[in-house]
Amino acid sequence: MKSIFRPALTLLLVLTVITGVIYPLIITGVAQVAFPAQANGSLIKRHGRLIGSRLIGQPFSAPQYFWSRPSASSPQPYNGLDSGGSNLGPLNPALIAAVKARIAALRAADPGNHAPIPVDLVTASGSGLDPDISLAGAYYQAGRVARARGLSVARVRELIAAHARGGELGVLGDPRVNVLELNLALDAMK
Amino acid sequence: MTAQSWGLLALFLAVTLLAVKPLGLYMARVMEGEPIAGLGAAARLEALIYRFCGIDPAGQMGWKRYAIALLVFNALGALLLYALQRAQYWLPLNPQHFAAVPPDSAFNTAVSFITNTNWQSYTPETTMSYLTQMAGLAVQNFLSAATGIVVAIALIRGLARHSARTIGNFWVDLTRVTLYVLLPIATVLALVLVSQGVIQNFSPYKTVNLLQPVTYQQPRVNAAGQPLTSASGAPLMRTLTARTQTLPMGPVASQEAIKELGTNGGGFFNANSAHPYENPNALTNLLEMLAIALIPAALTYAFGYMVGDTRQGWAVLAAMVIMFVALYAVCNHSEQRGNPRLAALGVQQLPSSLQSGGNMEGKEVRFGIAGSTLFATIATTTSTGAVDSMHDSYMPLGGMVPLFDMMLGEVVFGGVGSGLYSMLIFALIGVFIAGLMIGRTPEYLGKKIEAFEMKMSAIAILVMPFIVLTGAAIAVSIAAGRAGTANPGAHGFSEILYAFTSAGNNNGSAFAGISADTTFYNTALGVVMWLGRFWPIVAVLAIAGSLAAKKRIPVSAGTMPTHGPTFIALLIGTVLLVGALTFVPALALGPIVEHLMLWSH
Repeated sequence: MKSIFRPALTLLLVLTVITGVIYPLIITGVAQVAFPAQANGSLIKRHGRLIGSRLIGQPFSAPQYFWSRPSASSPQPYNGLDSGGSNLGPLNPALIAAVKARIAALRAADPGNHAPIPVDLVTASGSGLDPDISLAGAYYQAGRVARARGLSVARVRELIAAHARGGELGVLGDPRVNVLELNLALDAMK
Repeated sequence: MTAQSWGLLALFLAVTLLAVKPLGLYMARVMEGEPIAGLGAAARLEALIYRFCGIDPAGQMGWKRYAIALLVFNALGALLLYALQRAQYWLPLNPQHFAAVPPDSAFNTAVSFITNTNWQSYTPETTMSYLTQMAGLAVQNFLSAATGIVVAIALIRGLARHSARTIGNFWVDLTRVTLYVLLPIATVLALVLVSQGVIQNFSPYKTVNLLQPVTYQQPRVNAAGQPLTSASGAPLMRTLTARTQTLPMGPVASQEAIKELGTNGGGFFNANSAHPYENPNALTNLLEMLAIALIPAALTYAFGYMVGDTRQGWAVLAAMVIMFVALYAVCNHSEQRGNPRLAALGVQQLPSSLQSGGNMEGKEVRFGIAGSTLFATIATTTSTGAVDSMHDSYMPLGGMVPLFDMMLGEVVFGGVGSGLYSMLIFALIGVFIAGLMIGRTPEYLGKKIEAFEMKMSAIAILVMPFIVLTGAAIAVSIAAGRAGTANPGAHGFSEILYAFTSAGNNNGSAFAGISADTTFYNTALGVVMWLGRFWPIVAVLAIAGSLAAKKRIPVSAGTMPTHGPTFIALLIGTVLLVGALTFVPALALGPIVEHLMLWSH
């Protein structure tokens, strides 16, 4: 038994050092030199203040901003320490009630808009931190944002189109726009 | 299904299949002990490890010794991982000062990562220190993957050798797989992931200022932490405003790479691969799916090469691919169709050039329906259990696919190693059934399949349904089990069934609404994971030892070929028959009844 116990223990320790210490340290070292912005969270800085990450969504409820997707994180939406989805099943009355409330909020903020609401605007994301909305979701909100900011709808739609992403290699990535970047671009417009 | 959904599948399968031969050949050479050109440094490290650990690399083991070495190594690994979690508060690399993980959760997590399950009853970003993640959990991502691969290799040797008493050297196999296969690929993958935005640092969590402060409500609590209620019994709420957002940090990319490559699946964050810091865009999503499929698919070629007939490997792979495409199609169709209850509210769920549409609850916009359902299918047909969307919120049939994937025993690609050895067990059962039908002694690759092999095969196949169904039956029978469900009705039953199926198959994904961080679930699922992993492994090694000792019988006119369409159909039929007969009654009580309720109006 000793002939098995000794190699088992020593090999476990040696491989722990190799795969659990040396390997992550090497990756960290190379990453920090070659891709420092990405390795540290794709953070956005304005006037010396950290104002977010390009990859992590933020909640918006003011009419002059594009709204992000609903977030199931608690206690507040887009809580970076509580990533995850609602895990509500498709038949769950709580899901239907939540969707109804989101539809009502979108309609109340934009009473004249009778277009069907794109599904991503009324469903909670998987991470609770989804940085994107679909292009359909952005165009749906264009009228409200334009009115609240005194801009022409065409101008806002142009801005959306300029930030549109998706369809890489024809099959990768769905048509979408990054909400925080879009709202920062709105704020930067004169 | 949309054209994009087919296109993504085609791209994924094309890259996977292109990699099968070169990677399979490479792995076969590694496992046959050949020196690897270009990795001289690894060879010197390998020799040093053997000297330091007192291992004779030339020494061969019989199946019993091989099995004991494997069990001792994994038991020690579980103890070390448990100790690390319990001691993390006093250890370095804990910038958030997380306390020790509670005993039942630490037990569950230790078993979970040793068994390649990576079921997670805890919320990582508020529980685990950087040291626990990288020197505990990520280490077992490597070692549990290596353990699975060496068992498959041992079984292949059993088929390839004849009149032999040994099936290899566990220490050497484990070391070589880790150094020559897992580490190099993980290194490349980790760096590509970082370049796309997956984080890799040791910083404390970052605080950023929100563009628009958010107001929210929280229940008021008394000094004892109990929620306060008004005279009418409604909970008292207070309104708070958050002006900042806390972003978790950590060495994510190094762990993410091996999490997928080793079909482990344990997320650095609670949202797993749905979290933008684990999986920032559609390209990383594709790479992570490819990393999952790569080794299990390539092992079929290594198998064919090592038994001296590569057609044998392609036949097994063909059976896997056929089942995979069918399962993905069902899942994708069901999700793309959307939720009729939302359609009734006027929500737009049709796909267009502006949105993916479909059932987007629990899914990320950047992955859409195609990237979410393909990921769900590859992560549950293998033993990965990573998720980039929340399976609990899938449509009834869409969510049944991941559940059924696991119930098939994870043999469609399957876990690294475990997929191939489980599939080869199904092949033995398949030729046995065929042998019964035509009245000949069954044989596979020139080896007679006799009573001992069939007994061990039956054990290897039946342990999983036994512990899954028993565990689920106990859970629905007692209050502690029923208390965990988050959704009412049939869906709540599905959550329990999914939890035990996931644990018994060492998958690790969840219908995550279930509250599993309780003493009952931590203990019950921990036991199920351990049995579901090591019971079949010992049976497989016993078969390997028994086959290695047999003489090889020459091919004759009565030999059933095991590389043609007939055999592929036989193999698929065996897998589906065993899986369906065992689990359809349970599925009828969960997703099927839910589906009928949803579409009956």
